[in-house]
Amino acid sequence: MNPEPLLSVRDLHQKIGRQEILRGFSLDIYKGETLVLLGKSGGGKSVFLRHLIGLMKPISGQIIFEGEDITKYNERELEPVRRKIGMLFQDGALFDSMTVYENVAFPLRERGERKEKVIRDKVHDALGMVNMHGHDQKMPVNLSGGMRKRVALARAIISPPHVILYDEPTAGLDPIVSDSINRLIRRLQRQLDVTSIVVTHDMTSCDHIADRVALLNEGKRYFHGTLQELHGTQDPVIRNFVDGKSTDDDDLAPLDSPNEDN
Amino acid sequence: MKFIPLFFSRLILSFFLALGDVAQLAFETFGSIFRGRIRGKLLLQQIAEVGYRSQLVVIVTGAFTGAVFTAQAYFQFASLNMQTAVGPVVTLAMFRELGPVLTGLMVAGRVGAAMSAEIGTMKVTQQIDALRALAVHPVDYLVVPRALAMFISMPLLVVECVGCGVLAAYWVAVKVLNVESVYFVNNLKKFTDSSDIAMAIIKGAVFGVIIVFISCREGLRAKDGAVGVGRATTETVVTCSLAVLIVNFFMTMFLNIIFPAGQR
Repeated sequence: MNPEPLLSVRDLHQKIGRQEILRGFSLDIYKGETLVLLGKSGGGKSVFLRHLIGLMKPISGQIIFEGEDITKYNERELEPVRRKIGMLFQDGALFDSMTVYENVAFPLRERGERKEKVIRDKVHDALGMVNMHGHDQKMPVNLSGGMRKRVALARAIISPPHVILYDEPTAGLDPIVSDSINRLIRRLQRQLDVTSIVVTHDMTSCDHIADRVALLNEGKRYFHGTLQELHGTQDPVIRNFVDGKSTDDDDLAPLDSPNEDN
Repeated sequence: MKFIPLFFSRLILSFFLALGDVAQLAFETFGSIFRGRIRGKLLLQQIAEVGYRSQLVVIVTGAFTGAVFTAQAYFQFASLNMQTAVGPVVTLAMFRELGPVLTGLMVAGRVGAAMSAEIGTMKVTQQIDALRALAVHPVDYLVVPRALAMFISMPLLVVECVGCGVLAAYWVAVKVLNVESVYFVNNLKKFTDSSDIAMAIIKGAVFGVIIVFISCREGLRAKDGAVGVGRATTETVVTCSLAVLIVNFFMTMFLNIIFPAGQR
């Protein structure tokens, strides 16, 4: 593995309202690997991902991408960074006023490509990679959740990025579609040789795609290692997450006792 | 009794915060325009949306305001035997005040609300984040074409509104109320000139710019899903309407120094 990380996150702090979401989170991501970030729902995984592409600014901490601290960049200075990092949003975030074709062609047109034949060929290839041929002229509203995610992925990879960020790629999908998305992530990594950072709480997905795994717990990196190390650990917090067991602290509001009114 | 000063201090603070936001958005938009970040296709789409599709409402507003104003002026002036003064009175009012203000209010309701709702929906469904993630600045893509379209379309809509108002005034005065056509036209020519048209056009352009920045600002800061989009849309219409009415007063006072009324 390359000793120099492609992306290095150091001591990241973030608050939303009064809640401290990230409390000194640090992580290194190396070129060509698929890193899965696990954590509870609402634990700050997506917030972390948004920092990597500059959609949120941390209170403190650094994000070093290709040797530069991007947390100091303003919106204009972030544009070249964002051209190298693709992002798949949780529900796709397709532009609902455009067809599938226009959505996928959007990054090319915005980066100055004017030749319609070049655009058509690239859109065709990108849609082919995500098995979405024949849906070019559909509007996003007429697509299922899985199809929307695949189109969004085609849009993210049409100008091949160095890094792809996946925000809950299998959330809300049935197991078969989830499996096809997992295979797709693996295939894209092989075909495009990209670095992938996947945020999820889906252990099946994690087992399928991860080279390395990190666990975000209470705003900090609780675990960091390979899949074998994750499954081999006896740490109760990690075991509960991997085995899908809740603790008393995780319980929802206690139900009223049937005798309480008596 | 501490509640009242607290309420007013919060109100003043939020007013200046909003003013700061709008000024910052305007500054960024002008910066993008001067750097040439203009998307021709989007600009044409917005001109069609803002200008072309607003024509019916502006024509109807202008025509019926001109018509009813003429009728009322005629009823008052008839008792003084000054029926032929109806032409210049209505025309001056339409050019200098009613045309720009009514067009501003109509466009705020139709276009401002639509802009705010569209951008607000994009905000709450992460489409604006997707734009940013694809290295496209939301101001370049969303605000610049709308601001330019509004700046181009509003003066034309104001002129259209005033034109229809004057034609309706002529028709009501001459055909319905039997004012002599020659007197109506001659008095109109005598008391109105190009400075009145200039005033209408300048006011139209300024109102257009005010409406577009308030609408885009409200859309871009929308949050909390559908409720937030609804709230942003309502805020847009109310704020734009009030801004048009208030700014109109100050513009009248200022423009009257450059184009004094009644100095012919």
